[in-house]
Amino acid sequence: MASAHSIPSIEERFEFTSEAKRNLLIGGGVGLALVALGAYLAATGGGHEAAARGAEQAAAAVGHAGAEHGAAGHGAAAAAEGGHHAKSWVARIWANLWVNGVYFTGMSVVGMFFISYNYLAQAGWSTVFKRIPEALPAFLPYMGVVMLLTFIFGGHDLFHWTHEGLYEVGGPEYDKIIAGKRGFLNTPFFIIRLVIYFAVWYWLWRVIRNLSLKEDEIGGTEFYEKSIRFGTAFLVVFGVTSSTSAWDFVMSIDTHWFSTMFGWYTLASWHVAGLAVITLTVVMLRERGYLRAVNSSHLRDLGKFIFAFSIFWTYVWFAQFLLIYYANLPEETIYFIERFRGHGGFYKAPFFITLFLNFFFPFLVLMTRDAKYTHSILKVACWSVIIGHYMDFYTNIMPGTVGAGAELGALEWGFFLIFLCAFAYSIASQLEKANLIPRNHPMLEESLHHDIA
Amino acid sequence: MAELSGKYLVGVYDDDDTVLHAVPRLRKAGVKIKEVYSPFPIHGMDEALGHPRTRIGIAAFMFGVTGCCVALTLMIWTMGIDWPMIIGGKDPISIPAYIPITFELTVLFTAFGMVITFFISNGLGPGTHAHPRFDVRSTDNKFVMAIDLGRNSMTVEDISRALKDSGAEEVNIKQF
Repeated sequence: MASAHSIPSIEERFEFTSEAKRNLLIGGGVGLALVALGAYLAATGGGHEAAARGAEQAAAAVGHAGAEHGAAGHGAAAAAEGGHHAKSWVARIWANLWVNGVYFTGMSVVGMFFISYNYLAQAGWSTVFKRIPEALPAFLPYMGVVMLLTFIFGGHDLFHWTHEGLYEVGGPEYDKIIAGKRGFLNTPFFIIRLVIYFAVWYWLWRVIRNLSLKEDEIGGTEFYEKSIRFGTAFLVVFGVTSSTSAWDFVMSIDTHWFSTMFGWYTLASWHVAGLAVITLTVVMLRERGYLRAVNSSHLRDLGKFIFAFSIFWTYVWFAQFLLIYYANLPEETIYFIERFRGHGGFYKAPFFITLFLNFFFPFLVLMTRDAKYTHSILKVACWSVIIGHYMDFYTNIMPGTVGAGAELGALEWGFFLIFLCAFAYSIASQLEKANLIPRNHPMLEESLHHDIA
Repeated sequence: MAELSGKYLVGVYDDDDTVLHAVPRLRKAGVKIKEVYSPFPIHGMDEALGHPRTRIGIAAFMFGVTGCCVALTLMIWTMGIDWPMIIGGKDPISIPAYIPITFELTVLFTAFGMVITFFISNGLGPGTHAHPRFDVRSTDNKFVMAIDLGRNSMTVEDISRALKDSGAEEVNIKQF
């Protein structure tokens, strides 16, 4: 009533143009070429540097193993691996698939997370761009397949706990600590969990998506009420599975090490990256003439969301770091020592770049009010967060999988590009399937008049 | 206009929508409105009145930076330089351990600084004179528009008529 905004039409269909499709395919092709180039370089011994780091690491690990009892198993294993040319370039490919699989799974599922908590809170403001978070989880089945296959074929290279020798009592590789975790960390149960996560997340999303599409045709509040119930069910499920999947996908790589903050930490990482994808999509759609009904107040709220949750991620990151730093227990600090000094110091740069891209940059750039609705600034901040959290998962996963054999070159960026283009393709084809604005949503009227002055 | 200084025309409205639409109409007619008082915030009123945007955000940032610097200086000086102390086996100057306190002082300085700035710039606080009360009903069920006659070049009659025309149910004169 009060505001003088004129409300643009709510009838809009997104058209996934053949030009956009071509561009995304070219992007994926470039990614593929980069992967091929990177794999060729790695296979033909381009990794001299990495090999040197491997030898260095082997020496360092022996030192660690002697001095730090808790980490002995880890250090000794690393030393053994470091001896024969770190790990092969094949492991690097598995690790890359895993990093991107985990990261893009997270961003997809956060779309569902976003819709669910908005339903539960009966939030009105987000309705007008609801189709965008709603489009993200369509990518989940593909990621599920990628992760399942990567685990089945590359699991041995990625997860130390899959090595059978660790569980033979009295054997040369026997590891009492890991053997104690066998009830949870064993291949069949891991695969069951992985399938359950994807099946349940995807199923709940399908339910909500179908309700939303039917609501578009029929209208009324019945679909909305049902969506609240299913959204709440998803939040209950995700409350548990976000943590357990974080343990499975990321934390179990460093099998000896554990952190009670890790579930939160990964959720925070996924969440802010997902918000960045949502915001970036909204901004890009607006630039192409769609979503005129999204006003500066919506954009500002999205900007605030990214601003707040990049701080939240940093808070969780720091809470985890500070406790480990302060308590200074060898079996815990090994995690950070590996990233600071281990593997020839390779991970130090990604470690600090992560902090910069995910905290300092968005914090300073998104602080002022006008920045939060300026398209160009929002885009820069979103890209910073999206790349920053890729680096975040990179620093979490790589040291325990490829260790000193890691690089951040053509192979890594190629894989990232492929996944990114595939994700964008999936989002765009979902957006095409329905009216871009949920025209019969009961909260739509409120959302169209969203005004935070 | 000297005899008009301190004199206000007060329009009393019954409806928030009416007052919101009255504001642009009166401004168009050349009336300079001092302020509108309402029992609850009215969306779009700030833009309608054309008030300049608050700069308290800039002040908040300055206070925050000050707090951050004060905290770091305090801890580095006392713990690391003036009387170096080893706590928990850490270096005397160990930044990670200082971050929680730095955060706290940043927030503290920002919060207090903003409140104090707000009080000063609005002339509030202990010992200050109460703001002129144009109409006590603005805290209950009426919407009150104040027009400073000293700052308007139009005649009292013209403004009164304009107020009535825009939907005011009464127009009073207040002298402070």
